Amino acid sequence: MRAITDSATMLRRQIRHMWRYPTLILTYAGVPVVLLLLFVYVLGGIMGAGIGGDRAAYAAYITPGIMIMTIASAAQGTAISVAMDMTEGIVARFKTMAIARVSVLTGHVLGALVQNFIAITAVTLTALLIGFRPAASALDWLGVIGVLAMFTFAITWLSAALGMVTKNVATASNLPMPLMLLPFLGSGVVPPESMPGPLRWFAEHQPFTPVIETLRALLAGQPAGSSFAAAALWSAAIALGGYLWARRLYNR
Amino acid sequence: MTATRAFVSVTGLRKSYGAHRVLDGIDLTIPQGTVFSLLGPNGAGKTTTVQILSTLTKADAGEIWVAGHDLAKEPDKVRATIGVTGQFSAVDSFLTGEENLRLMADLLHLGRAEGRRRVRELLERFDLTDAARKPAVTYSGGMRRRLDLAMTLVGTPKLIFLDEPTTGLDPRSRRTMWQIVRDLVQQDGVTIFLTTQYLEEADELADRIALLSQGRLVAEGTPEKLKRMVPGGHIVVRFADPDGYLRAASHLRATSRDEESLTVQIPDTGVSTLRKLLEWLDAQAIDVAELSVHTPDLDDVFLALTEESSR
Repeated sequence: MRAITDSATMLRRQIRHMWRYPTLILTYAGVPVVLLLLFVYVLGGIMGAGIGGDRAAYAAYITPGIMIMTIASAAQGTAISVAMDMTEGIVARFKTMAIARVSVLTGHVLGALVQNFIAITAVTLTALLIGFRPAASALDWLGVIGVLAMFTFAITWLSAALGMVTKNVATASNLPMPLMLLPFLGSGVVPPESMPGPLRWFAEHQPFTPVIETLRALLAGQPAGSSFAAAALWSAAIALGGYLWARRLYNR
Repeated sequence: MTATRAFVSVTGLRKSYGAHRVLDGIDLTIPQGTVFSLLGPNGAGKTTTVQILSTLTKADAGEIWVAGHDLAKEPDKVRATIGVTGQFSAVDSFLTGEENLRLMADLLHLGRAEGRRRVRELLERFDLTDAARKPAVTYSGGMRRRLDLAMTLVGTPKLIFLDEPTTGLDPRSRRTMWQIVRDLVQQDGVTIFLTTQYLEEADELADRIALLSQGRLVAEGTPEKLKRMVPGGHIVVRFADPDGYLRAASHLRATSRDEESLTVQIPDTGVSTLRKLLEWLDAQAIDVAELSVHTPDLDDVFLALTEESSR
């Protein structure tokens, strides 16, 4: 009970931070929107032909990829804000208070969920505006939201831990960088079948690919099948690992 | 045993970071409603002591009781009775003063109405009402420190750790802080654990002082008792003209001299020193503008005792 109310209080703190410095949220929503426009309008013609369609077909292909890039780039923001928080005296104060200990981190994770929700909504609206016409039913959309929330939750716990690995904010900001590359080294931008052998194997077996494939299927109004199970398993494993790691680093 | 109940008692406290021994067997007892000051140079282990007593860091060895609770077994019970205001201000810079206090009230589950009342009262008490709606990042050093302490007080703690509360403050803010600390003890009956590098501060505020040097307590007692521990103070003579200053300076065994202000400081070993000095000045017909005798202050104690133990 205490953990829930204290986490809610810490979430309010994070939302106030966002509210006070809206430029951050503009960046986290704006960069993926620009990426989406670049991919669709600059690369879309050639990429569309590459996947056997046109620009609109590529817009449909890239949208789930950009959604996941949004989560990956927000992970960097979470790592930075956790790292900055740890250098402030306020966290030492929290640790000397009789509150639910993990609530400081839960506040960050829940705050990141809100931030990602805003950014991904911006990406989706832009995609719809430039001609993306998903065939998803209302139930599919619920599935999309669920998968996004699940994966954001997992990546954010991991990035919270990354934010505490070093005491240095600059280092903390670099640690989640590889996450930004994973959508490219998966099915985010082009189909893995087009990649050379070892890279293709990696792309097909890394955690981002089943998540992107699930989103792609749901948005197309098709059953996600085994990729959903893989996405759920990966998310659960990353979330649990990230949570336990973050908690250990926080309590050290 | 003292008549007053020990609010904090520490025995055999030890802490090392790797091979570096920071605290090497500390024992202390603090009665309720008093100000205890831990004094020591940088790196003596003051902050580590506060971090251990405030449950931030685990001790390697030793027994610690705070407000009747064993710190090792019931850290949350201890956390519920203490408040900490450190040398690095523990405020959320992005939030306003009012929001910072509200955050504390919410975390302490004070309830909406009670929380509001407490926040308003503390803003008033610490002269922060006008700045209540400005982000803490815009506050001056003194305001930040006051907000910091106000946040500590939201939960009405019975024991407050003040870790170098006036380091980096201007003299005026420092005096304000001192008055706040006195009020806390007199009006609220709070027990204070104060660490400081300023001997003047300990002398002003503390009922008892412990001197920490290289992880050990080298002296403990009332400020008066500590001052009696070092023999003699010093005599300061200011001369009327440069000629007198030069003649005296070359003759007297001065511990320090200042050509600019024509003053010389001589160690005072008793009445005979003073008599000999006056006789000599008289015989030499040197004009003295001012002469004063200083009893030992905590600075003398501090230097004498910490020097001894570092040898």
